[in-house]
Amino acid sequence: MRRLKGSIISVVIVIAIGFIVLIGYFFDIPTLQNLRFVFMEWAVILAAVVLLVGLVNLISVHLNKVSEGGITRLYSSVLILALAGTFLITIVLGLDNTWPQFIFNYIQVPIESSLMAALAISLAYACARLLRRRTNLLSIIFVITALVILLGTGTFLGLEIPWISDVFRPWLSQVPAAAGARGILLGIGLGTVATGLRLLVGVDRPYGG
Amino acid sequence: MNLATNIAGMAFVFIFLGLILIFSFTGRDKPRRNFRDIPAFKNLSRAIQLAVEDGSRLHISLGRGTISGTQSASAIVGMSMLNRITHVASDSDNPPITTSGDGSLAILSQDTMHNTYLNIGAEERYNPLAGRLVGLSPFSYAAGALANIYDEKVSASVLVGNFGIEVALITEASARTRTFTLAGSDNIPAQAILYATAEEPLIGEELFAGGAYMNAGPLHTASLRAQDAIRWLLIILILGGSILKFAL
Repeated sequence: MRRLKGSIISVVIVIAIGFIVLIGYFFDIPTLQNLRFVFMEWAVILAAVVLLVGLVNLISVHLNKVSEGGITRLYSSVLILALAGTFLITIVLGLDNTWPQFIFNYIQVPIESSLMAALAISLAYACARLLRRRTNLLSIIFVITALVILLGTGTFLGLEIPWISDVFRPWLSQVPAAAGARGILLGIGLGTVATGLRLLVGVDRPYGG
Repeated sequence: MNLATNIAGMAFVFIFLGLILIFSFTGRDKPRRNFRDIPAFKNLSRAIQLAVEDGSRLHISLGRGTISGTQSASAIVGMSMLNRITHVASDSDNPPITTSGDGSLAILSQDTMHNTYLNIGAEERYNPLAGRLVGLSPFSYAAGALANIYDEKVSASVLVGNFGIEVALITEASARTRTFTLAGSDNIPAQAILYATAEEPLIGEELFAGGAYMNAGPLHTASLRAQDAIRWLLIILILGGSILKFAL
């Protein structure tokens, strides 16, 4: 009963704040605008606090993995040590110091760049695997389009490929691809509004009581 | 924005809301509507049942969207699916795990699972460490999520939320471990990548139909019908506008 009462109160607060922010977005009413900015600031502060809570969760998960043993123990230990080291160095020396910059430029950026390189290879492999896994007209069109765009974007032995670079690639990217992307974006927009409205009226809350 | 645009925007929101409420009221006593066949959801149900039977784990990834931004809608749909999946897989020896790339999503995913176990009277099965923040930058998130696929005896992955191109690394890990993957994103480049790499990609608004297809509640069905009605309205408006532009 207590849980139900608490749940009803929280739903009422969510609906009230949601409508204030929504109406404040559309209409320039000073009181609503002020309230809207206050609520948005609260949301930003809350997101920052939640980030710290999330980091505690990350450390807890990996401490648990360390205690379980196995090969993942090593990886989890490295993660915890790297996280703690980076956090301490940044807090003590400040973001503008050479050491935090060194960690970012010479460890973080190369690792992410390597993953980006691995991504290019796995995408090329996935494109080839697509035809084996789903051999249908749409997959064939997808692969041919990707190839035409790739050939038309770069040069071949320093030369532009006639027809592909100046006719097919611009037409493909500006007409069918742009039209399809806009259609997909409209669908996503409608889905986003529908999901937002379900939350706003308090009927769709997968989380909470 | 001028006043007329603001009023039109507000009217659109209230018409949409009105349609959802009307469809939910008129459809509440009716059985599930005949939806368009989306094989991905049928195959997901089969994958969940198989995972429960063989004691393997289900992995749900909610992406990196912040809860205060527009990308949160796709993650909310992911949470509705998480709610249903946790419910169906509550008997499994290995309860589902959730990964996300944002602190608030990680906490909400924990809360979703806790709420589901509480509702089915199995609170003791809830493990807060099953809802995980795995990384904050795109590639650290992908690296953290794929480590879970390799290490946690996962047999099915559901990737629903805001992802970028880094999602290819996660789907590649799924392909290598022969894990069933259903994936959808609200990001257009990620959708193109998922079409090529995921076993069951969700294109466009199919992502937002997840709740309705997984029986998350009558409001999900009603909002799907409202989306269809508004989509037809938009098609008529676009065609009408194009004809007028040519005619005038």
